[in-house]
Amino acid sequence: MITVNITKHLDTAEGALNAVFELEIHDGEFLTLFGPSGAGKTTLMRLIAGLETPDSGLIEVDGEVWFDSHKKINLPPQKRSIGFVFQDYALFPTMSVRENLLFAAETAQQRRNVDELLELIELTNLAHRLPNTLSGGQKQRVALGRALVRHPKILLLDEPLSALDPSMRQKLQDELSLIHSRLGVTTLLVSHDISETVKLSDRLAAIELGRIKRICTPMEFFSPHTLSGKLQLIGEVLKIEEDYPVVIVTLLVGSSVVRTVLSSGEASELSVGGHAIISTKAFNPILIPLP
Amino acid sequence: MESDFVTTMLLTFKLASITTGILLLIGIPLASFLVFSKIRFKSIIETIVSMPLVLPPSVLGFYLLLAFSPASAIGSFLTEHGIRLAFSFEGLVVGSVLFSLPFMVHPIQSALSQVPLSIIEASYTLGKSKIETMVKVVLPTIRHGLISGIVLAFAHTVGEFGVILMIGGNIPGETRVASIAIYDEVESLNYAMAHQYALTLFAVTFAILLLVYTLNKKSLGGIR
Repeated sequence: MITVNITKHLDTAEGALNAVFELEIHDGEFLTLFGPSGAGKTTLMRLIAGLETPDSGLIEVDGEVWFDSHKKINLPPQKRSIGFVFQDYALFPTMSVRENLLFAAETAQQRRNVDELLELIELTNLAHRLPNTLSGGQKQRVALGRALVRHPKILLLDEPLSALDPSMRQKLQDELSLIHSRLGVTTLLVSHDISETVKLSDRLAAIELGRIKRICTPMEFFSPHTLSGKLQLIGEVLKIEEDYPVVIVTLLVGSSVVRTVLSSGEASELSVGGHAIISTKAFNPILIPLP
Repeated sequence: MESDFVTTMLLTFKLASITTGILLLIGIPLASFLVFSKIRFKSIIETIVSMPLVLPPSVLGFYLLLAFSPASAIGSFLTEHGIRLAFSFEGLVVGSVLFSLPFMVHPIQSALSQVPLSIIEASYTLGKSKIETMVKVVLPTIRHGLISGIVLAFAHTVGEFGVILMIGGNIPGETRVASIAIYDEVESLNYAMAHQYALTLFAVTFAILLLVYTLNKKSLGGIR
């Protein structure tokens, strides 16, 4: 069990804000920090890792205090049992794939397990290569493998898949899910990708302006009315056109563009670039089988 | 005459090697400080480090000579402890270290500033101390900067003239280095000897630079 209850003054692009993070992470759980950029997701991750220092509060992991402002305890990152995967991979450029993993190993047992880990992340054949000769997906796997070498109590993933193309992203999501269920390591993921969050996480912590607004399952968060017999899709508003007396709204749903008609009153709450739920009654759909 | 040449050349390279060694020891922590420190007076220190780039060598030499003289506070302190820096080899080392400082610090500083902070943090999250991270992660990553610094500092010390003439004079076997010897031989119209010094310096400098570029190209190959 990981308990976080900290405050931190942040200087963001939108101005200063006092972040307050209260969070409990269960053992073996996959929790996603979800929210817009600048909300403080990455900062929370770095505070847990010890790469930044909270202004006040407490961080406790399995009964061990990592940070306590009252008792003036602040373990450096070196003393915290963490595996951190950075957005830019942060591989050591002068070390081969295997050397990157071996660098992390502390005990003889961990050194022996490196080969097994290379197998798990499917990089045995590339173990002798230097990072700059690898593709983005391969680099990300090395970073993940390296973070797992020391059997951390918590795995911190800072938007690990954001720089990858969609197909590689999906593949790595599957692998991440597999590795998590195999090793059962408590995992914290920063993401603003809806499908990634739904696919991977047990719970989601919605973060806005330095506060955790809500903690729930991803389905509860993205689709709160699933039992009401309606078909619901989430789309991005592309265009809002006035065509008196109605308003034509164009949305991107998945990879298809959908146009729909609203009254000007209904459309007034929408804005271009924002997200909206398209909901339609599901009792009379038109289904056309594909050839 | 011949042994004079050998003595002078050996002295030149001894001075350059010692200077480069000292500069490497000073340069790495100084460059790290300039890149990573957030203190307010950093630009003053940065300016002092860069001064020798634009300062006439005779100015630095003149002030060093004044500082080394027993009449000054530093000089009298040194004399009391039996150290004589004016017109001595040790004095040349001090002058050369100061004068070649930016040539060692700047390449290391620019290489360090390009090291992504995340790889340093990654090393910390893997339980490695600051020193271990420096030695095993940062220094190998900036090896090209280190090599450039070593070569530039060495070559610059070999080619140094003004500071050495001011504080070292021209004592054979003690402070007479190749660049001074060339000037001396030309002044006494001994062109053959001047040629011998000049050509040697030319060849050695060319060989060092060629070696460095070849090595750099090889290590940039990637796969190993």
